[in-house]
Amino acid sequence: MNKIFNNFKKYRFLLAELVKKDIKLKYRRSYLGILWTLLEPLLTMIVLTIVFSNLLGKGDESFPVYILTGRLLYSFFSNSTKAAMKAIRNNSAMIKKVYVPKYIYPLATVLSNYLIFLISLIMLIVVAIVLHVQPTWHIFSAIIPLFLLLILALGCGMILSTMAVFFRDLEYLWGVVLMLIMYTSAIFYKVSALKIGNKVWIFQCNPLYSIIVNFRDAVLYGKSLNLNALLISTAFSFGTLLIGMLLFYKNQDKFILNI
Amino acid sequence: MEVLVKEEVLKVENVSMKFNLMEKKVDNLKEYVIKMIKRELRYQEFWALHDISFTLNKGDRLGILGFNGAGKSTLLKIIASVLKPTEGKVTMKGKIVPLLELGAGFDLQYTGAENIYLYGAVLGYSKEFIKEKYDEIVAFSELDEFIHVPVKNYSSGMKARLGFSIATIVEPDILILDEVLSVGDAKFRKKSEKRIKDMFDKGTTVLFVSHSLEQVKRLCSRAILLEKGRIIANGTVDEVSTFYEHKINDTSND
Repeated sequence: MNKIFNNFKKYRFLLAELVKKDIKLKYRRSYLGILWTLLEPLLTMIVLTIVFSNLLGKGDESFPVYILTGRLLYSFFSNSTKAAMKAIRNNSAMIKKVYVPKYIYPLATVLSNYLIFLISLIMLIVVAIVLHVQPTWHIFSAIIPLFLLLILALGCGMILSTMAVFFRDLEYLWGVVLMLIMYTSAIFYKVSALKIGNKVWIFQCNPLYSIIVNFRDAVLYGKSLNLNALLISTAFSFGTLLIGMLLFYKNQDKFILNI
Repeated sequence: MEVLVKEEVLKVENVSMKFNLMEKKVDNLKEYVIKMIKRELRYQEFWALHDISFTLNKGDRLGILGFNGAGKSTLLKIIASVLKPTEGKVTMKGKIVPLLELGAGFDLQYTGAENIYLYGAVLGYSKEFIKEKYDEIVAFSELDEFIHVPVKNYSSGMKARLGFSIATIVEPDILILDEVLSVGDAKFRKKSEKRIKDMFDKGTTVLFVSHSLEQVKRLCSRAILLEKGRIIANGTVDEVSTFYEHKINDTSND
């Protein structure tokens, strides 16, 4: 364990450089640059609001905020896991020539996406203010689901980046899984509006669902965190992280033979 | 856990490397599952290295000779910790800088200047150190204002010069060179050989792979000869190169 920490300290600078590079290059050639991080969720939110607001009847002023809270978190999860999947392959040249602790590559992609996600939360704040959402002290407990979200993305990222080295068609498979996750995350509809009675547990199988529920409670509804959802998301997040780290560690010596 | 004798900086013990060659490369889930069910997953074993052992003392300059396919690059990759050996172990003391291909850590979209920090970070240098040596690196590479141009627009010579000057800016304890001194024009080759020679004088230990027997004789003090993954000669550079020359002449007389 100690050896791993020492190694990490040694490569801290490299991790920072890789995260910096990801973010710099993502917007280097685009005209709007980092502004697009704010614009994209706004435009999506407008479209989704227009299309789905009839599902909730009139009078729900904060529906756009409802959408944004789910949508932003899902986007981060989707982008970071997709990027982590390609992390090892994209850096194959470096891996084949110099020793670098390999987990740094998926870690850097997840972190750079997380930073961009945090910036996009600015749009959430703007929209919430415009729509008169009342902030309460519970906003600060939003840090917990946000932290669990990062852990979940890291865990899935590690699992995916390991498997993607050996199975190239994983990209398409994961695309389908992501779609499933998106539709069961209650981003643009309310679970209470569906007539499913006791079958809420179906949604709870989606790890992202519980995290979004808690985030919404803290930010939009000013409620304290739902303990059930908290337990589920903690179990999912740390569980996937553990599995991811084990899987990665066991297979990393074989990466170079497949890239 | 270092068990090196005082003067030793590198110890290679009984290193062997096995590769599994699949008859047909299976790299997607569908084929893998189908073949697994049909029990068609077969491997062919290929031993690239057999029981390699040698030690290096501080300041040794070891040349690694051998025909193509003898296992030289595989051995270097294992020493650089890029590849994990199937059997055996490698112990070393001090900072090791592998130059297995110049500019491999570069990101093509990044400028030369940005790549100096990135490549330096990859090699394990600290931020302060790179900042301090930045001007020296740019000067040695002779890239002047091109340092602010994206590397994708560089010629291969420019990339090599940049890579070389970043990698050799520090005096590593152990330097590994895989046929990288044959890059660049004559002027740059002279400059890079001189920088390597300066490192020798400071006591850097060097592992050097080259097909140029003449370069090896000029720069190295010891040499080993690899053939089909085994060491068949280990001694001073003169002894081994004479043996190597005999081998070359023998095969060409067949």
